[in-house]
Amino acid sequence: MKCFVGIDLGSTTTKAVLLDEERRILGEGITNSQSNYATATKVAKLEALISTRLNLFRRALGLGDEGDAFLDEMVLKFRHEQFLEQLEDLHQTCAKLITAERFPANAAAVRETLDAIFGRLREESAAIFAPGAARRSDFFRDIAGSRFMRIGEEVAAEAGLSYDIFLNLYDKSIIEVENRPPGDNLSTNFQRALDGVIANAPQFNIDADAAKESLASALGIELEEVYTVGTGYGRVTLPFDKDHIRSEILCHGLGAHVMYPETRTVLDIGGQDTKAIQVDEAGIVENFQMNDRCAAGCGRYLGYIADEMNMGLHELGPLAMKATKNVRINSTCTVFAGAELRDRLALGEQREDILAGLHRAIILRAMSIISRSGGIKDQFTFTGGVANNEAAVEALKKVIEENYGKVTININPASIYTGALGAATFAHRALAN
Amino acid sequence: MSADKTPIEVVKEPSMLKQKAMIAENYRKLTGAPETGRKVVSTYVPGNLNELIMCFDMVNNLPEINAIQNGMRQKSRGMIMEAEKMGHSEDVCTYVKADIGMMAKGNIAPNGEPLPAPDLLLLSYTGCFTFMKWFELLRDEYGCETVMLQVPYEGDGKVTENMRNFVVKQLKEEVIPTFERISGVKFDIDRLRENLRRSAAAEDDLVWVLQSAKNRPSPIDAYFGGVFYIGPIFTAFRGTDDAVEYYRLLRQEIEARIANGQGPITPEGDMGSEKYRLVVEGPPNWTSFRDFWKMFYDEGAVVVASTYTKVGGVYDFGFRHDPDHPLESLADYCLGCYTNRNLPQRVEMIENYMSEYEADGFLINSIKSCNSFSAGQLLIMREIEDRTGKPAAFVESDLVDPRYFSKANIKNRLESYFQMIDQKRQGAAAA
Repeated sequence: MKCFVGIDLGSTTTKAVLLDEERRILGEGITNSQSNYATATKVAKLEALISTRLNLFRRALGLGDEGDAFLDEMVLKFRHEQFLEQLEDLHQTCAKLITAERFPANAAAVRETLDAIFGRLREESAAIFAPGAARRSDFFRDIAGSRFMRIGEEVAAEAGLSYDIFLNLYDKSIIEVENRPPGDNLSTNFQRALDGVIANAPQFNIDADAAKESLASALGIELEEVYTVGTGYGRVTLPFDKDHIRSEILCHGLGAHVMYPETRTVLDIGGQDTKAIQVDEAGIVENFQMNDRCAAGCGRYLGYIADEMNMGLHELGPLAMKATKNVRINSTCTVFAGAELRDRLALGEQREDILAGLHRAIILRAMSIISRSGGIKDQFTFTGGVANNEAAVEALKKVIEENYGKVTININPASIYTGALGAATFAHRALAN
Repeated sequence: MSADKTPIEVVKEPSMLKQKAMIAENYRKLTGAPETGRKVVSTYVPGNLNELIMCFDMVNNLPEINAIQNGMRQKSRGMIMEAEKMGHSEDVCTYVKADIGMMAKGNIAPNGEPLPAPDLLLLSYTGCFTFMKWFELLRDEYGCETVMLQVPYEGDGKVTENMRNFVVKQLKEEVIPTFERISGVKFDIDRLRENLRRSAAAEDDLVWVLQSAKNRPSPIDAYFGGVFYIGPIFTAFRGTDDAVEYYRLLRQEIEARIANGQGPITPEGDMGSEKYRLVVEGPPNWTSFRDFWKMFYDEGAVVVASTYTKVGGVYDFGFRHDPDHPLESLADYCLGCYTNRNLPQRVEMIENYMSEYEADGFLINSIKSCNSFSAGQLLIMREIEDRTGKPAAFVESDLVDPRYFSKANIKNRLESYFQMIDQKRQGAAAA
């Protein structure tokens, strides 16, 4: 099967989208950009391939939407398998660092405690991937990291060893492990996941043999990557020549157009930039404006706020939605975010009210960039990581209505993939032309 | 790119060498003034009355040019920080701060010699309010005499007889008598006429050079290259034989480029094939001038017309200094400077460039610390988009504060913009 790949190297996350020859989305993948764009590209593409296989499996099974619950469960099992695989890698990588030179007095005790930590991590990992369990993040580093910290401290204390030893082992190993994405045994993990669902979830009433056969056929389809286009801040470091690189402005414009052909104005709030893009009826960019040297009010701002509040990024929006009062925040300077927050807390404001104010401040800053690009025209499409944040979306809707009246606002649940979708569409066009 | 590490060998043509020698000579005259006894006048590029200054044997010192020189030599950062230490805020025009900082650091000219204190500050006020405040600071510093030529703003988009007479009257009653008093030289109008005759000759060649960009490929870059081409006419050389000679040489070089079908010369030699023709509004960034230019020529983008090359005088719509009407033509010159024109005039000028030079797009380099240029630029951009249907883009940087030049950000926007032009072309071709 021929497929077209779009990669969007963002400052926070890297996304990949695979299209088939009919420009239907085959799969989407996302990962932390980390510090290594080459790895991020590899992982995002791998993730997109995983989602492609699942889609092909769905097609082979002939399941419609009613198959969602079954597939969701299978994805969880699959993720769990993957998690265990990476956890094992992390365990081995940490263990290798425990040498007699480094720990002349207690190497054995350290190794034993490390094994105990990873034993507990493995044990409780099933619960992390149980249906309905809330996760702060889907990225290995985030999940493994937060659990390691918690369990490590307890187990180290029980063993009478300093927790710093284990934190140090973890810090030294995590980047190495992250840069070594799992995936050599995708098929095995898929099969295990399917077996797991069939064994543990009889409610789906799946014909085991037919399902296994469908999975084998989905896994057997050869995916031929015909053309790849890269975009985003790291695009110049992609191992492609110039013809395979497009600016993220064009990709977001085109991606939004593909999702919503009536789109004329696109707002993308990403990790470090806010882009306002005007497109014509063919998805061609007519004008764009971005934040300049200063990244105030971009996604990273929310990241800092989340850190300050010791919360997950995904938890900010829901908390802000509980606000009962308007707290006005003027500065969206990322560096001042912590000070602003503490100042309001000291004044006795509630966290949810402050958060709602912060979300509104971000949107107001974005509105000034939109104005510079020519304002909002119907239809309006909101993309980027911040579009997943319900509080930001609510503030945006309100501000748009106040300033531009009734406008159709499109927010795709997969909006984070807009740039990668645009890139994949460019890849398809490049070959078509 | 490797420009950060490997020094680029700059290609020098005879006109460039000539200009370099002229600039060095003027700095020699300036820094040698205490020995030669020549009087020094400081004035600005827009409204620069060099022909008149020459009538009094005075040497012309241009503070913005010093700031630009220091910017290009990577010295402005320290000077600006020095000025900030003295209390000049972050948002103040960075030409001003570079100048103030240069004074605080011993007022050393680019040739390494100390600049003398000026004997006179001549402020031809041509639309930039900051210039007035700047000279207030200098007057305070030097305690020297100041003469101000109040040039009415072209708020209604035209020059009236009244406006012209008002400027001429001031020249006669204020400016010339002050010069006579400071220099001890009697004003001779025939000497002024001779200077103006030489100005007009140089201006003819300059306009010819600027308009050569109508060719395909354009033999010049009218922004990055353009700032060198306007050098002599905007500074201490208008009205000199040197300037006449410089433009004669330059014209010959450009004629040869046209004959050979060559594109513009860049710091790395001839530009590759011309892919995008742009009109640019706003001053360039000086501290990363090469890097900024490279972002254009690497992509095959050539600037065919720019407004910045009109700040020190607009010649391409017919105005010439006129020996038969010396003071009136000095008045017209000041009144017509780009900074003294209102927004509709600027829009019309740019629209004219877009069509006359067959541009593919319009780009604004908006200067963070220059309100007189930047105010209204987004309106200009909208208007040009509407009138021409051509894509426009907006980048932001600064004059001489290197902290305000974000290379990755600007490169990203420019690349996006060039791809946007491509996409538009493909769209138009498909339609």
